[in-house]
Amino acid sequence: MPKSLYYHPFPEDKMNRYERQIILPGFGIEGQVKLRNSSVLVIGAGGLGCPILLYLAAAGVGKIGVVDGDKVALSNLNRQVLFGEKELGKNKAETAARYFQEKYSDIKWEVYPEFITTENAQEMISGYDLIIDGTDNFPTRYLINDACVLLGKPLVFGAIYQHEGQVSVFNLGENVCNYRDLYPKMPSASEIPNCAETGVIGVLPGIIGNLMALEAIKVLSGFGKPLKNKVLFFNSLFSQTYEVEISPNPEAQEAMPASLASFEIMDYELACEGIKQLTWSEAMKKMNHDVAFVDVREPGEMPPLECTGLIKIPFSSLSEQFERLEDSYEVLFFCQSGIRSQNAARQLQEAFPDKKVYSIRGGINALKTN
Amino acid sequence: MPNTIHIKAFGMVAEKIGTTELVMDHYQDSEALLDALLVKFPALKTIKFSLAINKKLISNKQEIPENAEIALLPPFSGG
Repeated sequence: MPKSLYYHPFPEDKMNRYERQIILPGFGIEGQVKLRNSSVLVIGAGGLGCPILLYLAAAGVGKIGVVDGDKVALSNLNRQVLFGEKELGKNKAETAARYFQEKYSDIKWEVYPEFITTENAQEMISGYDLIIDGTDNFPTRYLINDACVLLGKPLVFGAIYQHEGQVSVFNLGENVCNYRDLYPKMPSASEIPNCAETGVIGVLPGIIGNLMALEAIKVLSGFGKPLKNKVLFFNSLFSQTYEVEISPNPEAQEAMPASLASFEIMDYELACEGIKQLTWSEAMKKMNHDVAFVDVREPGEMPPLECTGLIKIPFSSLSEQFERLEDSYEVLFFCQSGIRSQNAARQLQEAFPDKKVYSIRGGINALKTN
Repeated sequence: MPNTIHIKAFGMVAEKIGTTELVMDHYQDSEALLDALLVKFPALKTIKFSLAINKKLISNKQEIPENAEIALLPPFSGG
């Protein structure tokens, strides 16, 4: 490092805003300069993303990108502490960046108000030194993992379930592990529910998000020892931690797309769920064909949808009414949010392996916002 | 000290078996243990989880040392 950095590292401040980190033994001006010269992409500005962003911005990471296509909802506010009542309905990535731009003048922000996909992942990820996964579903987690492996980017991973969390650092250095070494078989959403379905005390993602921010700072600054080839489990009910060593699993890596070209055409939702998901516009194109269009919501769920040929089979009585779908080669399910319809599709597919079965992503909620 | 296995269950696995800690008789290897767990707790068949022996994740069938600690580690998706 040039010697001059020791004397005028952050000349704009008389009393440096990072003083308390710079005086810390082992971190010092070197650590601070490394943070300032670093870029981090935070994917998901939700329960994990909010604390991650708060502490990385406060710590002085030079450039921060934030990715989220979701909008702030009232039920987010117990844990997504960057947002308040005034931001309901606004995009999370844009709202988060605006919050920090008012607080700190020395950080460069890049905002991606969209969800990460196999099409945009490469462009988003390649411009950053470190990627952080704070998303909330399995297909996206495998997608981010694979993109980071293919692009050679270290990945800080964290996830929560009810009262527990897990944190790790993937793809860092040599002889490294990634998410597929830890979980070779892709789980489906019906096996392990997310916060929207099982609830969470806001502090848990706060703790796990902070552990993730800490791992990021360690990776970027070279301070301490990151959770490489280890997973840390935390249980908030018993205040217990548990650390497990992981090692590369060549068999698990065989399921990885071999190249960026095969990554781009991979369908992660299909790989996790075993069911092809369609957007409403893709579904509408199918309407001309001979396809059974099935609403699996219970009577009374709003808004009701009426159209010719629509079949209504409440999810609770689906298996007793399979015969109504017996003659249809293609069946398209939807519900309120896209979860029950995935379940319905899986059940029908198991009973009739020859049928082409789909679920509409995001259900009626996605129809309202589009 | 009798030869036993100490099970630690996490997340959804703990929910399915109804406890976070459990002591079982010793089984020779990880496959025999998994078979015994699935018989004892059929609800485990519906979820995927990884297994660690003495805090090391295993990817294939492995011998279980005496008085080992076995962790049953399901994936979490929430964020």
